[in-house]
Amino acid sequence: MIGNSARSTSMRTALGRVRHLGSAKEGVHHWWMQRLTALALVPLVLWFVVSLAGMSGMDHAAATAWIGSPSVAITLVLLIGATFYHAQLGVQVVLEDYIHNEGLKLAALVLVKFASIVLSVAAIFAVLKIAFGG
Amino acid sequence: MAEFTLPANSKVKIGDTYKAPDGAKRVKKFKIYRYDPDKGANPRLDTYEIDMDDCAPMVLDALIKIKNEIDTTLTFRRSCREGICGSCSMNIDGTNTLACLKPIEDVKGDVHIYPLPHMPVIKDLVPDLSVPYAQLASVEPWLQADTPPSPTEERRQSPEEREKLDGLWECVLCFCCSTSCPSYWWNGDRYLGPAVLLQAYRWIADSRDERTGDRLDALEDPFRLYRCHTIMNCTKTCPKGLNPAKAIAEIKKLMVLRQ
Repeated sequence: MIGNSARSTSMRTALGRVRHLGSAKEGVHHWWMQRLTALALVPLVLWFVVSLAGMSGMDHAAATAWIGSPSVAITLVLLIGATFYHAQLGVQVVLEDYIHNEGLKLAALVLVKFASIVLSVAAIFAVLKIAFGG
Repeated sequence: MAEFTLPANSKVKIGDTYKAPDGAKRVKKFKIYRYDPDKGANPRLDTYEIDMDDCAPMVLDALIKIKNEIDTTLTFRRSCREGICGSCSMNIDGTNTLACLKPIEDVKGDVHIYPLPHMPVIKDLVPDLSVPYAQLASVEPWLQADTPPSPTEERRQSPEEREKLDGLWECVLCFCCSTSCPSYWWNGDRYLGPAVLLQAYRWIADSRDERTGDRLDALEDPFRLYRCHTIMNCTKTCPKGLNPAKAIAEIKKLMVLRQ
């Protein structure tokens, strides 16, 4: 509801409530990074899908050899980084849109940020382990 | 979490039916949302049958006819009856628009009329717009310049500079756009909404204004500006054919440009 809780419990004026704590003076970086990662993901995802399609019938040794080649490993790391960065930016917006309990929102945001870092580091580590012959 | 169902006391019940006079040949049914906070009852949908041979063409004409001739308790805002004052904004046939600009014959079947969505209702078709009005005041929608104006002439603007305001100055502040925006529904206390952002851009785009940077500072906020997710309902619904989504996109462009 529009200002429902404030409406029923506060005698503050509408203008006071609208001005609230003032502008956060941020948001551009988030918006711009979401666009830039989206742009980067267009060729990266296309490359990944085409590569996967070409891998049918490939055995384990051939697959690890493919992942381990420098150009593929670098591109995979870029793909993983851009994907998780873009995903957590997007999920952050969804959580901010729909969760109106401040405590729950903070907890959800922390969880998503931590999870995206853990998952991206694990995925990048897997690629590097193959690339450096682990 | 977000609320996806109405609270129990908001469920709209079936209300009264007012029959058309005998001998009416072209009868159109108007199903209108009624709510009276003094009654303590749920809102209801009253049905008014109107003889279209005895009614002027616009939805507002039918509402005025109902109030004058059938049911004086029906409450709605209206003033100019020609799309200039922005008072008679409401949800007609599922779309936010001005009742005075909406021809009845454009509606197939019964004409469903509700107040603007997701605003507190004062009575019947009258929503409480005090928050959007305060949001408009918060963007300081007036010319701000430190350079004193010439005592003998107005503040000058080239035709090209003036052209930048076209598509912005025509807004009549009916808030059809803001109340059609899901982002405004979920976060209307913090997101300024398309109507107010279009007004903010109207002063950002004005070559005579000298506070462009301050205006951008005030908007640079994850909620005030960046809750806009380019859903485009605002542009689709605007009864004046304006494009608030484009105005918001221009603000976002300027935000990147000044980095």
